[in-house]
Amino acid sequence: MDDVVAYLPSILGGTWITILVALCSVVLAVLLGLLGAWGKLSGSKVANKVAGAYTTVVRGIPDLVLMLLLFYGGQQLLNDLGEATGWWTYLEINQFTAGVFTIGFIFGAYMTETFRGAYMAIPRGQVEAAVASGMSPKLVFTRVVWPQLVRYALPSFGNNWLVLLKTTALVSVLGLHELVWEASVAGRSTRQLFTFYFVALMIYLVLTAISDVGLRWLDRKYSAGVRRA
Amino acid sequence: MAETERSPGLLEVIEQFSEEASPIDFILILEHWPLFLEGIWHTVVLVVLALIIGGILSIPLAVIRANRTPVLNQIVFGYVYVFRGTPLLVQLYLIYHGLGQFDFIRESFLWPVLRDAWWCTIIAFVLNTAAYTTEIFRGAIEAVPYGEVEAAKSCGMSPLTTNRRVVLPNALRRALPAYSNEVIFMLHGSVVASTVTIVDILGAGRILNSKYYLAYEGFIAAAILYMILVYFITRGFRVWEKHWHAHLRPREA
Repeated sequence: MDDVVAYLPSILGGTWITILVALCSVVLAVLLGLLGAWGKLSGSKVANKVAGAYTTVVRGIPDLVLMLLLFYGGQQLLNDLGEATGWWTYLEINQFTAGVFTIGFIFGAYMTETFRGAYMAIPRGQVEAAVASGMSPKLVFTRVVWPQLVRYALPSFGNNWLVLLKTTALVSVLGLHELVWEASVAGRSTRQLFTFYFVALMIYLVLTAISDVGLRWLDRKYSAGVRRA
Repeated sequence: MAETERSPGLLEVIEQFSEEASPIDFILILEHWPLFLEGIWHTVVLVVLALIIGGILSIPLAVIRANRTPVLNQIVFGYVYVFRGTPLLVQLYLIYHGLGQFDFIRESFLWPVLRDAWWCTIIAFVLNTAAYTTEIFRGAIEAVPYGEVEAAKSCGMSPLTTNRRVVLPNALRRALPAYSNEVIFMLHGSVVASTVTIVDILGAGRILNSKYYLAYEGFIAAAILYMILVYFITRGFRVWEKHWHAHLRPREA
């Protein structure tokens, strides 16, 4: 127990990195998801194809494979590109950036489906009515589409967030000093790996529990005015 | 006689292209097919074993959850909550690296099993997939119309017979689409096995990369192999659903 207390600061530091990775990647994922949903729903054939390929390919490949590919391969590609063009010399992608970009890129594909489904759940008549009453496209979006998009997207967004939070554990394989990594270090130096992995497990549980509460609060907020059976 | 310069054969042209022009040396990947075959074999065995054992375990657990059996219900809920709320990687580390901390486990007859990466991975995967599958099956059992259960009761079926003849055949069929997602997630999740020395598909890719100091080849080969497996799983489930959902299809005119 004394060992846990002694290593608590580094464990909590790792937890903070985990939270930071998760938050940064969820922002990227939402942006990519909105872009992807727009691509899938737009009339442009090219955008349809690109967005379709994005979601199929990303959802077919395991996250760790994509992460390693982007971390090692992306680095090589950047440096080859820099050498060929002469625009930059040696570049190094750090683990944090690699983690955020890969997780954001992967979950952008899942978010694409989330937002596409949510958009299609909005009754067409409402958008037509808004246009008919003379609202500009921007106004239609902010007043009619967006509030309902959030409402319909929330349950699936919540699922994606919980999966994303757990996926951040994989960044430890790249060597980022997040929760799992710090737990490994503490466990190895005290020869109490079980204790420290158990602590990490409990911290993940607390994080998911807090997320649950937050998501429920958001759901209540955005469902104001909806009658439930 | 004039020396005629031998024109390069097709194979040599491909080889040269692969080594010099193409960013990916695919001939190198093809040359290592036994390594990747081993990886595929390990991935498939791990995932299939975990799914079968986890699936069998999850049926009674789902019945307990759906019937709200006192005490057992709370225990199963706790188990499902812990395993669904934490990363598979940490669960695997806890079992593989963690259990050795306790002397009584190191001295017990189980130690040869719990020391082995292969068995630890199976145990972690089974516990993980059983937790997710329990929730899927519970939802499906609760979706069975209550009238069917009432009808079974009024015919004099015991609770066990009702489950066996009415509830489970109906629920498991309904669970198929959600379960196909779980199978794909399990395949995707299985890559963590490569972090505990198992040569699965990703493990094979990592070996290839570190052997030749490469950045892409092994990972790209692994990515393509995983995508092929996902494709076959989706196709398989489509056939399976066609068979088991035959009674739900709209009648052909």
